[in-house]
Amino acid sequence: MFDAIQAFLSSFLYDWLAIVITLVIQAVMVILPIMLTVAWLTYAERKVIGYMQVRMGPNRVGPGGWLQPIADALKLMTKEVIFPQQSNKFLFIIAPVLAIAPAVAVWAVIPFSPEVVVSDINAGILYVLAVSSILVYGTIIAGWASNSKYAFLGALRGSAQKISYEIAMGFALVTVLMIAGSMNLQEIVEGQQGGILNWYLLPLLPMFVVYLLSGLAETNRTPFDIIEGEAEIVAGFHVEYSGMTFGVFMLAEYAMMILISFMTAIMFLGGWLSPFEGVPVLETLFAWVPAFGWLAFKVSFLLFVFLWLRATFPRYRYDQLMRLGWKVLIPVTIVWVFVVGAMQYFQFGPWFN
Amino acid sequence: MTFEQFIFYLLAAMAVVSGLMVITVKNPVKAALWLVLTFITTAAIWIIAQAEFLGLVLILVYVGAVMVLFLFVVMMLDINLAQLKEGFTRYLPLGAIAAAATFGMMYMVLGPDHFGLEVTGAPVVHDADYSNTKSIGVPLYTTHAYAFVLAAVLLLVGIVAAIALTLRRRAPKEVLYQNIDKQVKTQAADRLRMVKMDSVVEKSLPVNEEDSK
Repeated sequence: MFDAIQAFLSSFLYDWLAIVITLVIQAVMVILPIMLTVAWLTYAERKVIGYMQVRMGPNRVGPGGWLQPIADALKLMTKEVIFPQQSNKFLFIIAPVLAIAPAVAVWAVIPFSPEVVVSDINAGILYVLAVSSILVYGTIIAGWASNSKYAFLGALRGSAQKISYEIAMGFALVTVLMIAGSMNLQEIVEGQQGGILNWYLLPLLPMFVVYLLSGLAETNRTPFDIIEGEAEIVAGFHVEYSGMTFGVFMLAEYAMMILISFMTAIMFLGGWLSPFEGVPVLETLFAWVPAFGWLAFKVSFLLFVFLWLRATFPRYRYDQLMRLGWKVLIPVTIVWVFVVGAMQYFQFGPWFN
Repeated sequence: MTFEQFIFYLLAAMAVVSGLMVITVKNPVKAALWLVLTFITTAAIWIIAQAEFLGLVLILVYVGAVMVLFLFVVMMLDINLAQLKEGFTRYLPLGAIAAAATFGMMYMVLGPDHFGLEVTGAPVVHDADYSNTKSIGVPLYTTHAYAFVLAAVLLLVGIVAAIALTLRRRAPKEVLYQNIDKQVKTQAADRLRMVKMDSVVEKSLPVNEEDSK
């Protein structure tokens, strides 16, 4: 479809202009739904946690509070952006941009259904890892440019946490690509065909847990949100940010949350594949569900888990958090790399042929 | 000029400009950030040259980890910038000569005489399913396996040495160390003691005339 648009545009425009316009259309078609999802994810979060804590959550704006995200967005956009005294203005403004840009750019390689992907590159996993590793600059520059001790402390420990958990995350992905034999996200999903038993969830169960935990730490969600531990450092790295500059940080956090859920679903839960493939009755019963439907269902469940964990666990202490990352998760992943190697050597189960 | 060439020249110009900014900008934190931009543009140029593994790993390792640690150090230093920049231009002639000499030597070695298109031929353009990762990985783990393992051991020794040099355990009297294993194993029963007590009924206080007024 996009090739057709590009061909049509290049019939009366420069070639490069046609390419740029097509790329912009593709980007908007991916980014717009994600931003809308982010908006209503914040609503879902407040509602879910509200019900878990036996209260109503937002219910005033619109029917059942459905328009709350719009109200929030309007409020943030009309508020004044305050610059702290002696802050570095240029870096202060650029920090939220650095936070949101990678969080949006990652979506270029995420496949939503078979063949529905902006850029089908053969190093998809590596691209996701590399681009999400740039996210840390948003945090660290925000902390430094704010000229505030609280923000700086939050940024320092937040970025140390992020680069620590990135290692565990990377190793978990190594086991996935060992099984799949490819770094292309579509091929990884196709390698899991054949029902729930063929998903990489079973042979990589510890890696699934490690990935989800590292994902929580990467996106600064409770119980790993020491980056903004309000009991100790007020609000962490974005304490000096107000209005939409603060809103952009929130957008980036929630976009990354959705991304982590997508990656987990794609790599461990069979992506858009039905869990009932090969099961006699259920397969035909659920044949009407579109490919994206399954993916959306899995992603929604994982997002619910994110919210559930937030409502359940208190915040980790900083040294416990670092210990968990370096002394528990990373050794587990290294051991599992060897386990997967052995499984591959002995052609274990339905996953290695 | 094709679209690809346009992108290449754009990225190359960005790399050169940001490289210059690294050494000319006054604020060390900004210099580190310009260095990050240099890395990213270089990685993008490598990706254009179909070396996507190298490009992405450059971003992952250098931008995502090494430069963050760099920034940590630079941000926590309390440098007097005016002092640091004093006499910067005094060495300009010497620096210019050194730079020109280095450039001349690099041009002689890497110039068109040795690496021109007539010598090396046009680079091979691979088709879409060419995997740079595979073409790096396979020789690394087969023909160069020993060298690769040796490099890994060298890095490990480096890590161990760095940790051994910086690890400093002080006497327990000076510092309070946390025993996290013990903390993690703690059960609720270790912390909370349920006690049975008889209820005590307090006598109601005599009503004070002053208060009731």
